[in-house]
Amino acid sequence: MENQIVAAVLVSIVAFFTVFTITPFLIKFLEKRNLVVKDYNRKGGAMIARPGGISIIIGVIASELVLYAFFPSIHILAIVITSSLAFCVGIVDDRRVMGGWFKPVALVFCAIPILLLGAYDPGLAFPLFGSVNIPVLYIGLVIFMIPITGNTINSIDVLNGIASGFTSIASFALSAALFVMQNYEIAIASLALGFASLAFYKYHKFPSRIFPGDSGALVFGATYGAIAIVGSVEVIAAVALLPAIINSFLFLSSVKKIVEHRQIKNPTFLLDDYKLGATPDKDAPITIVRLIVAGKPLTEKEIGFVIFRLAIFSGAFAVITAFLMGVRI
Amino acid sequence: MIAGPVYAFVFAMWLLILVGGGLIVTIVGPLSFVGSYGLDPTLNSGIKVGIALLLVVAWIFILSKVKNWVFQKQLKS
Repeated sequence: MENQIVAAVLVSIVAFFTVFTITPFLIKFLEKRNLVVKDYNRKGGAMIARPGGISIIIGVIASELVLYAFFPSIHILAIVITSSLAFCVGIVDDRRVMGGWFKPVALVFCAIPILLLGAYDPGLAFPLFGSVNIPVLYIGLVIFMIPITGNTINSIDVLNGIASGFTSIASFALSAALFVMQNYEIAIASLALGFASLAFYKYHKFPSRIFPGDSGALVFGATYGAIAIVGSVEVIAAVALLPAIINSFLFLSSVKKIVEHRQIKNPTFLLDDYKLGATPDKDAPITIVRLIVAGKPLTEKEIGFVIFRLAIFSGAFAVITAFLMGVRI
Repeated sequence: MIAGPVYAFVFAMWLLILVGGGLIVTIVGPLSFVGSYGLDPTLNSGIKVGIALLLVVAWIFILSKVKNWVFQKQLKS
């Protein structure tokens, strides 16, 4: 137990301070090379450095390797490889604008190392009722899980600080759930993701100094998905991610196809007082942000806090679900 | 601000996950046509996968109905 506490503290420190220290240098580096994009919701349309995925992946890999030094298991290795591959997919999308099909298809390949390493348990555990063993179907689940979590986090990366803040809350909730289920090794892996995203949030929150880009958002999502698979907590992970899943569900049920986010109409519009309001355009997609501002326009910061409260709400359900895993009816 | 319905929708989705999981584990999982109908075990698994996929489709259908009901005011605006 002492070993696990030391590992948890060390991994958290490495994850947080690696991202916290590297990101300011990365901002300067990106700004110097004019790798910046316009923040349309900001007064004067400030130019913001992108992609921040570079510091995120360094933080995730460094902390997971520290964890690997304590517990050399294929599960940790599978998380590291999946995260690295997702970063590669994201950086390609950051540098060249790819079609809507690219990320889901490319992320399928990111899931393959988990299968090749056999870092999964083919049983799907549900609260209250037990688990089902689905060896063949589970392979399909692994293949689909990484693109789903990757794109789900990517789809909420619409305002300053949302993707990093949301990932941080969901990862800490997942970590708490894994501690409840006494899966300490993977709980610490999730803690690493939580602290890496928290450190990035410091620079990503409103007013952002850096955007994670596709590389950052996909690292967040794919790492989260990999932790869910290797920790056998797929259902709990989905519960913690519910607000983001709802966003994807609302989007897909209104647009009815997978498209690149740059190709769609904006579901919100900027008012003169720099608050965001819901667009009256019937053809624009329905998203969680559009619903939040449907009644009353809000500032970007206020919308962020509404989403974070929702994340804490669903995170609490994730922890409740973890407790219910031990209950049978 | 209409965060209230979003909270309701999160709760509805959580309940649907619990109910869906219960159906899979207690009804679909133990289903077996191998003994009574002399079916090949692989085909037996295939049928169960088919039932599970039908349940997923039903789950999405129910979810879209819940969505329309929860967000009816906002979706009209």
